[in-house]
Amino acid sequence: MSVDHAELVHFEGTINQGLSIEPDDWMPGRYRQSLVRMISQHAHSEIMGMYPEANWISQAPSLRRKIALLAKIQDEAAHGLYLYSAAETLGAQRSKNESELRNGRAKYSNLMDNAATSWADVGAIAWLGDGAGIVNQVSLQDNSYGPYARALQRICQEESFHQRQGYEIIAVLAKGSAAQKEMAQSAIDRWWIPSLMMFGPPDSLSSHSEQSLRWRIKCEPNEVLRQRFVDDLVPQIVDLGLNLPDETIKWNDTRQSYDYGEIDWQHFKDLVSKGGFQRAERLEARTNAWYEGAWVREAALARNNQLRKAS
Amino acid sequence: MKPSESDKDWELWEVFVRSQKGLAHRHVGSLQAANHLMALQFARDLYCRRGEVKSVWVVPSREVYAAHPDKSNISYEAGSTNRFRDPETYITHSEAKASDAS
Repeated sequence: MSVDHAELVHFEGTINQGLSIEPDDWMPGRYRQSLVRMISQHAHSEIMGMYPEANWISQAPSLRRKIALLAKIQDEAAHGLYLYSAAETLGAQRSKNESELRNGRAKYSNLMDNAATSWADVGAIAWLGDGAGIVNQVSLQDNSYGPYARALQRICQEESFHQRQGYEIIAVLAKGSAAQKEMAQSAIDRWWIPSLMMFGPPDSLSSHSEQSLRWRIKCEPNEVLRQRFVDDLVPQIVDLGLNLPDETIKWNDTRQSYDYGEIDWQHFKDLVSKGGFQRAERLEARTNAWYEGAWVREAALARNNQLRKAS
Repeated sequence: MKPSESDKDWELWEVFVRSQKGLAHRHVGSLQAANHLMALQFARDLYCRRGEVKSVWVVPSREVYAAHPDKSNISYEAGSTNRFRDPETYITHSEAKASDAS
């Protein structure tokens, strides 16, 4: 038995026992690469998730809503940072990771490329978008890589408030004036499919899935997670007197789940490769933020050098 | 634009938080910061947004020295094999009485 083979057996044994792999443990190159890609994309999505909502901080309809939105956006920034740290434990340099996001080489959830065009969109992003994120992340808490699993536990604890405040925004609008109800409906219409797409294409269309499940990089197939989200959300949306933008949605007694319409995965593939509606604006905003912050980073380093000399 | 000094990664720090009096500091995660003052401020924003905090430690990650049973010369086996440190390997009062009675 070669050294590598023995290591692989030990590695897979650890995973099969439900134990975690830690940064200083031996791991196959493909495990490391898959995790770096996945954690980095997750981190980028958290960071880019701040952009569609940020415009609405100054336009929030009340102080309570403004405080909640600010706190949510602050959480997204923190989540991005927890995840960049987790990727760093696998040797993924933070500065390289961030520059790949700015120059468009890195992928992130294309939901974040959509524009929040009304206040109801802020609610829908949090309720549906974060809601889909939570279903995915709760499942990933059982991920085999310790630092990622621990970051996800913290993220999940914090994100439930995002979804709840989003639900509240939509629930209040749905019971408001005709115009408010229409605003809520239009937001559901526009954010429903992008939220379903957040789970990714069916695993039969993905090249990485089987090994990812075996190594517990992923814990459940995309279709299972998407169905869980649909089953959670459909009754809640209907209870608010709102409609789903999919006429094929129907309770299936045999499956004890809702049937829902086909998703256009070719369109999804185009979005992933070319970026969503506002990709260019988003990356420009991210790049500007980076360069506008350069003087702060330089000042911090200068101050640091001063402190070192003084000590 | 050319990469500048300001594009380099800041130093990595490990963050420990004591959430209640009477508890030990617990490792909560890591962060990048240029110095310890900044690391303490960032630790507040990153890891102390919810719940009570009694004290925060930040430690440069490079100052953490680690040993690992599989990889270091230090053996940890005695901890799990030397049963003479386990109270269960010694008889109790009730066991002594029971054996006197028999």
